[in-house]
Amino acid sequence: MEIKKIQDEIIEEFSLFEDWMQKYEYMIELGKSIELIDPKNKIDSNLIKGCQSKLWLFAELKNGKIIYSADSEAIITKGIAAVLLRAFSNQTPLDVLSADLSYIDQIGLKEHLSPTRANGLVSMIKQMKYYALAYSNK
Amino acid sequence: MDIAKIRNDFPILKRKVNGNNFIYLDNAATSQKPNLVIDSISDYYKNYNSNIHRGVHTVSQEATDAYENARIKIQKHFNVKNSYEVILTSGTTHSINLVANGFLEILNENDEIIISGLEHHSNIVPWQMMAEKNGAKIKIIPINENGELDMKVYDSILSNKTKLVFVNHVSNALGTVNPIKKIIDKAHKLGAAVLVDGAQASAHFKTDLQKLNVDFYTTSAHKLCGPTGIGMLFGKEKWLKKMPPYQGGGEMISDVTFEKTTYADLPHKFEAGTPNVCGAIAFGVALDYLNDIGFEVIENYENSLLKYATEKLKSISKLKIYGESKDKTSVISFNVKGIHAYDIGTLLDKFGIAVRTGQHCAQPVMDHFGISGTVRVSFSFYNTKEEIDKLYDSLNRVLSMLG
Repeated sequence: MEIKKIQDEIIEEFSLFEDWMQKYEYMIELGKSIELIDPKNKIDSNLIKGCQSKLWLFAELKNGKIIYSADSEAIITKGIAAVLLRAFSNQTPLDVLSADLSYIDQIGLKEHLSPTRANGLVSMIKQMKYYALAYSNK
Repeated sequence: MDIAKIRNDFPILKRKVNGNNFIYLDNAATSQKPNLVIDSISDYYKNYNSNIHRGVHTVSQEATDAYENARIKIQKHFNVKNSYEVILTSGTTHSINLVANGFLEILNENDEIIISGLEHHSNIVPWQMMAEKNGAKIKIIPINENGELDMKVYDSILSNKTKLVFVNHVSNALGTVNPIKKIIDKAHKLGAAVLVDGAQASAHFKTDLQKLNVDFYTTSAHKLCGPTGIGMLFGKEKWLKKMPPYQGGGEMISDVTFEKTTYADLPHKFEAGTPNVCGAIAFGVALDYLNDIGFEVIENYENSLLKYATEKLKSISKLKIYGESKDKTSVISFNVKGIHAYDIGTLLDKFGIAVRTGQHCAQPVMDHFGISGTVRVSFSFYNTKEEIDKLYDSLNRVLSMLG
């Protein structure tokens, strides 16, 4: 499925919730189903900087598609990482590079992507795009 | 203490955060400001803003008087012998760097300094930078499982090589009150000077610096209801005279030619450039405000909040409090087994409750406990038991979400 359609699907899922608690509970659920990083890749060089909790990200190219995997000590960080991975994993590097992120706003999680927030998610998105850039040349 | 009246003095306490009443429990990071302090800032800029000390005009004289009057308020509050022993700095970090810079020239490679293991980052780095240049050795007083300094180790590392001992009055991560009087007396017997960081202490109790007989003491106004960017360094006259100026510029000179500059007398020798005039005045107003309430009243009230909150939080299963010294200020650092501090802080914020999560700039303290961080709640005299009840209820809801 293309990125935009997945994003719309996520927006629709989140629109069903009436309050922030339900939203966060759902995000925590999503975090549990994240494409977990292989323990062998859970190394310091794959840590995203700027997080209060450790957040690891890895990416590999399979059949021309980029496959991301991640993990975090904090379950909310992991949940948001899952929301990102769901949209961007299993896509071509070029699609990832050109993808828009406004769906994060629309599901009401904008605050987590503020550059001054100490959760490292802005750095995570940057790193996802770097991976896509690197793989787009292969 | 009329808590309703006090809360009314702090306009920010009326705001909403994420649809809830704002509950501010991050007081160890910075305090909120009462109307008197906020108004003194606008009053300064509206009515007598001017550069100080050299202006012959009326308004400059008014600003100079107000600035120097603030110094005297600080002097009285901390019972400092001479007003010129009070240096107005931008805050604790500036003060510590000022002293470290002074000792850069005073110490050599055979000398040692002692730092407590409870320190804030800002207390360690300036000394490492100094030691890299003059070769002095840094020794550490470790902490025990209660978060208290291990005084036996202190006795064993203190020697006639020790030239400076450096400890915080109260730990910012744990709230532990250190036995600084003992530390000072022991250091003095061996001829070492002592610098105490009072940033976490000054909001909670009053300190008599002459009685303490400390050589240097520093605090930041923003921790005690004053503005950011202003603080004070007390230094005994003999030390301040011995230390070279920290920064060059206007205000700190008495005579300049291209060949030689003669430095101004204390305290101006250490106050280069146009100072934070407005900040100093507001700092003085904040001290007046707190003294009008009374520090004994504040201390008793905060202790009752601490006791109440500690008992409530302890009733939550799997919750562990770090630093349970008998002598501590109103700070509780905790973790809940299996749950990351960041998650707790993020969700409490959704309930309008501001807490601190992470290492609290005290990585060595966290390493000691083998943890990556904690949730820290810190109370001030404008907090209430009802707010602690709300914290308790919200925390339970958060934990059931995360569990």
